[in-house]
Amino acid sequence: MTNLLSGPPAVVAAGVDVFSDALRAQGAAVTDVEWRPPTIGSADDLTQLALDPRRAAANRVAVERVLASRSTLTDVAPASEVIGLTGRTLLHSGPPLSWETASGPMRGALMGACLFEGWADTPEAAEQLLASGGVALDSCHHHRTVGPMAGVTSPSMWMWCLTDPTDGRQAFSNLNEGLGKVLRMGAYGPEVVTRLHWMTDVMGPILQAAVRSRPEPLDVTGVLAQMLQMGDEGHNRNRAGSLMTLRELSPSIVAVDAPKDDIAEVLRFIGGNEHFFLNLGMPTAKLAMDAVGHVPGSTMVTTLARNGTEFGVRTAGTGDRWFTAPANTPVGLFLGDYGPEDANPDIGDSAIMETYGVGGFCMAAAPAIVRFVGGTVPDALATTERMYQITLQENPAMQVPILGFRGAPTGIDVLSVARTGWLPQINTGMAGRVAGTGQVGAGLVQPPASCFEQAVAALAEESRAALG
Amino acid sequence: MSGSAPDPTDARHVSLRSGVYADSVKLMQVSKAVGGRDGVTAVLVAMATPLNLELAAGMGLSPDAGAKPDQLLIALRAVDEAELAAAITAVDAALTAREERGSADAIPPRTVGFALGEQQETPLAIISVPGPYAVAEAMDAVAAGRSVLVFSDGVPVEHEIALKRAAHEAGVLVMGPDCGTAIVSGVALGFANVVRPGPVGLVAASGTGAQQVSCLLDMAGVGVSHVLGVGGRDLSAAVGGLATLDALRMLDGDAATERVLLVSKPPAPEVAEQVAGTAAELGTPFSSAALSAASPDLTASVEALLQEMGVDVPTWPTRAGADRAVPAGAVLKGFYSGGTLADEAMLVAAPALGDVRSNTPLRPELDLGADFGATGHVVVDFGDDALTVGRAHPMIDPTLRLEAIAGLAAGGEPAVLLLDVVLGYGADPDPAAALVPAVRDLPFPVVVALVGTEGDPQGWSRQADALAAAGVHVFASNSAATRYAIDLIGASK
Repeated sequence: MTNLLSGPPAVVAAGVDVFSDALRAQGAAVTDVEWRPPTIGSADDLTQLALDPRRAAANRVAVERVLASRSTLTDVAPASEVIGLTGRTLLHSGPPLSWETASGPMRGALMGACLFEGWADTPEAAEQLLASGGVALDSCHHHRTVGPMAGVTSPSMWMWCLTDPTDGRQAFSNLNEGLGKVLRMGAYGPEVVTRLHWMTDVMGPILQAAVRSRPEPLDVTGVLAQMLQMGDEGHNRNRAGSLMTLRELSPSIVAVDAPKDDIAEVLRFIGGNEHFFLNLGMPTAKLAMDAVGHVPGSTMVTTLARNGTEFGVRTAGTGDRWFTAPANTPVGLFLGDYGPEDANPDIGDSAIMETYGVGGFCMAAAPAIVRFVGGTVPDALATTERMYQITLQENPAMQVPILGFRGAPTGIDVLSVARTGWLPQINTGMAGRVAGTGQVGAGLVQPPASCFEQAVAALAEESRAALG
Repeated sequence: MSGSAPDPTDARHVSLRSGVYADSVKLMQVSKAVGGRDGVTAVLVAMATPLNLELAAGMGLSPDAGAKPDQLLIALRAVDEAELAAAITAVDAALTAREERGSADAIPPRTVGFALGEQQETPLAIISVPGPYAVAEAMDAVAAGRSVLVFSDGVPVEHEIALKRAAHEAGVLVMGPDCGTAIVSGVALGFANVVRPGPVGLVAASGTGAQQVSCLLDMAGVGVSHVLGVGGRDLSAAVGGLATLDALRMLDGDAATERVLLVSKPPAPEVAEQVAGTAAELGTPFSSAALSAASPDLTASVEALLQEMGVDVPTWPTRAGADRAVPAGAVLKGFYSGGTLADEAMLVAAPALGDVRSNTPLRPELDLGADFGATGHVVVDFGDDALTVGRAHPMIDPTLRLEAIAGLAAGGEPAVLLLDVVLGYGADPDPAAALVPAVRDLPFPVVVALVGTEGDPQGWSRQADALAAAGVHVFASNSAATRYAIDLIGASK
C-alpha cells in the first residue's frame, strides 16, 4: 500500500483523455491505460469475477503451483505399462471427440495407429473399425498425457515418463517421429507404420536402458530454460533443446548393450529431428499445469488443447470442464507446394507450452518464429509484451534474454484475456486437412474467443453460487 | 496439394548451392515471396534435406543425385525463360534482404492492474471508463494496494459497497463512484479548482459542494490540504459512509491537515451519527458542512470554520449586474449544473418561498419528473445522472441548460433566473462565452453563483466581469446568490 497523501501523486488513468490532459497540465506524472470496452464476457460477469474476494489468493495459489513444478526424465516405457492403456483404446489430442467429428489428420492418425497395433490390416479396415466404434477414444489430457498434433497414442507406443522430483507426480508423452509424413500429422502410409515399429522395437528399449542407466535423471525443466536463451521458444523451435537432449543422452545411449547399428540409427534419428525435444517439453508443461488441480475462485487457464476440430480450454476455477469451440486455422508458411487451402484447423496438445508460458508467449526469445506470418523482430517482442498483460506472473526459471532476462509470462488469466481482448498467441505446426497428407506448414494461431466467453460465464456463475 | 501439375513446356531451374545456410523459416518466407510472382508456377527454396528433396520430387523438380543436407536447393518452375530468370533474381534478393531490427515500441497497458504493476510508486488510479466496466478497473487498484478515484457513474450500489469494503481491508481509499472532484496534495483530479495549499482537509460526498467550500477557503486565504471525494452515495444508508470513515482517518493521519471538514448532501441520519462518532475519536478537529434543513448553507459552514480558526471572514466577492425590473409574481427558476449547489439553493429558498419543485427534490412529492418547463418555483439539476446518460456533464456541455433558458424566455412566465457557473480544471474553458448570449437580453434578472478562484484557468474575475457586463448579478457564494434572488422575488411582491 502506498501513501496517497504523502505528496503530489503520480496517476494511472483509464478512460477519457480530458482528465489525463488536465493532470499533465499540472505537471503530474500520468500513465494512460489504453482501455477498450471488453468484447469477451458480459460487464456483469467481469465485475463479478473482479470483485470475487477469493480470486487474488486463488490465482496466487494456482500460479505458484505452476512455478514450483519441476520435471525430470525418469523412464521410457510403453503406454500400456505407464498409463495403463489397454485393449482397443486410443488417446488423441485436445478435448474429447468422436470419429464422426474427427478431422482428416485426426482420422489419418487414428487409422495409422490401428494399423500399427495390428487391429486392422488395411487403411479401409482401420477406417471401418473406427467408424463402427470398435476403438475407444479419449483425450490424452485425461490420462496425464499430452501429444503433439493428432497426439494419437496407442498401448504399444513408448512414452517419455517425466516426474516431478518434489512430489513424484508424473506426466507422459509419446516419442517424436520427426517431420513430414508422420502419424501425428495424419499420415498412415507404410513408411509411417514401419517407423513406428522401429521406434517401438529398437528406439524405445534403447532409450529406456539409457535413461535408466543415468546416475541422475535429466533435468528437463533446466533444458527448457536453457533453450529459451538459445533461440528456441519450446514449441515451434526446439533445435537447441533437441541438441542438448542428444548431448545429455548420448553417453548413456552408446553404453546400452545393443547392436552398434541400432545405436547409430537411434542417434542419427534423434539428431535429424529438430522437434525431438518437443515431446519432452510438453509433458514438462503438463506436469506444471497438472500441479494446479481444481482451485475454486481461480481464473487461471490450466489447459489449451485442440483436436483438429475443436479448441478446448480448461481453468483452475472450473476444474475438468472443457470450454470448446470450432478451432481456427493457423496462418503461416507452407512446405513446398502446399497452400492455405491444404491446412487443417488447429490441432494438438502442444499449446500446453503456451499454457505454461513458453512457445508463443516467449516469441521474443525466438524471433525467427514471427517470420511465419511475415512478422519482424519488433513484432516478436510485442507479442511477448502483450502476453505479459494476460498472465498472472513471470516465471523466473524461464527467462527471455532480449527482454533483460525477464521471466516468461505465465498463468493465463481468463479475466485479463477478456478485459484486454488479447487472445493467447500459439505457435503451431500445420497438418494437411486430407488424411494421409502429413505436415503442410507451420505458423501462428489463436484460440476462438468463444472458449473464453464460455469460461468467463462459467467462472462468474460459479462465483455467484459460491458467494451466495 | 495445390499448384499445377508439371508441364514440360515450362521453364525450370534446379540448382544446389554450397556454403549458404539460412534458417528454414527464412527459406519458407523466400519461397512464399517468390511463389507470389505471377510468372512463377512452383518454387521450393530450402536446404536439401531428405524431406525437402522428397517435396521437390513431388513438384517434379528433383536435383541431380548427390545433393547434401547442407546445400541450398533452389527449385523453380516458371511460365517462360524470362520469368524464370526474374524469379532467380528475386530469390537472390529475398535471401539477402535485411529485416527490421529488434526493439519494440512499448505496448500500452490495457488494464489498470497491468499499468500499476509497471508503476509501483504510483499511489492512485483514476477511472472514467463506462460505469459497467469501472469496478473491474477500480478493483485492480485496490488489489494492488493503491487508492482509486472512480469518476464513472452508473455503478450498482452493491458493487460500490463490495469495492469499498475491499479497499478498507487493503488500507486504501475509493473515491467515488461518481466522484467528480478531488484534490490530493495540490493536484486537482477531475473537476476541481486551483486553490492554495492550506490546513483544511475536506471529505466530500459532493463534488460541487467541495468546489464551493474549497474556493471560499481559498478566497479567505486559508486553503486546503486535500479534498477527498467519496462519491455522492457514500453517506446513504446502503453504503454507510464506508469511504467517508476511511477518508477521515486518512486525513487524521496526515501531517498537512489541521482541520477536517465534511461536505455532503443531506446524509442518512444513522450514517451521520456514525460519522460523528468516528469524528469524535479523531485527533484532528472536525466540523461538518453536510447540508440539512437545519444547516442549509455551505458558506455559513465555511464562515463558522474560519471563526473557529481565528481567521477573519472576508466579504465574498460579487459583481453587480443590470438593474432589470423584477416582473410581478416572479418565481425562482434555478438551473444548476451542480447537484449540491442545487440542493443548497432549495434548502435556502424553501423557508422564504415555500415548496420548490425539482428533478432532485427535497421531498419526493416535489418531484418534477422531466417537465423542466413547469410553472412555479423550480430548481433543476442538469448534472443529475438521469440527464447525463450519453452526454457530457453540463459543466462541459451547456446545451441542455441553454435550451431550458431559451424555453423560459419564450414561455413568458415571470421569473428570476438563478444559475451556477463552476470553474476550474475539467470545466468549460470559457463558460461565460456560452452563457452571455443566452442571458444578455432576458427581460428579468439573472443571478449567477460563480464557483471558482482567481487561479483557475478561467479566472474568477474574468468570468465575473464578462457575466456582469451582460447584466448578470454575480456572487462567489451560492447561498448569497440564492438569497439575492429570493430578495428580488420578495421585493416584487
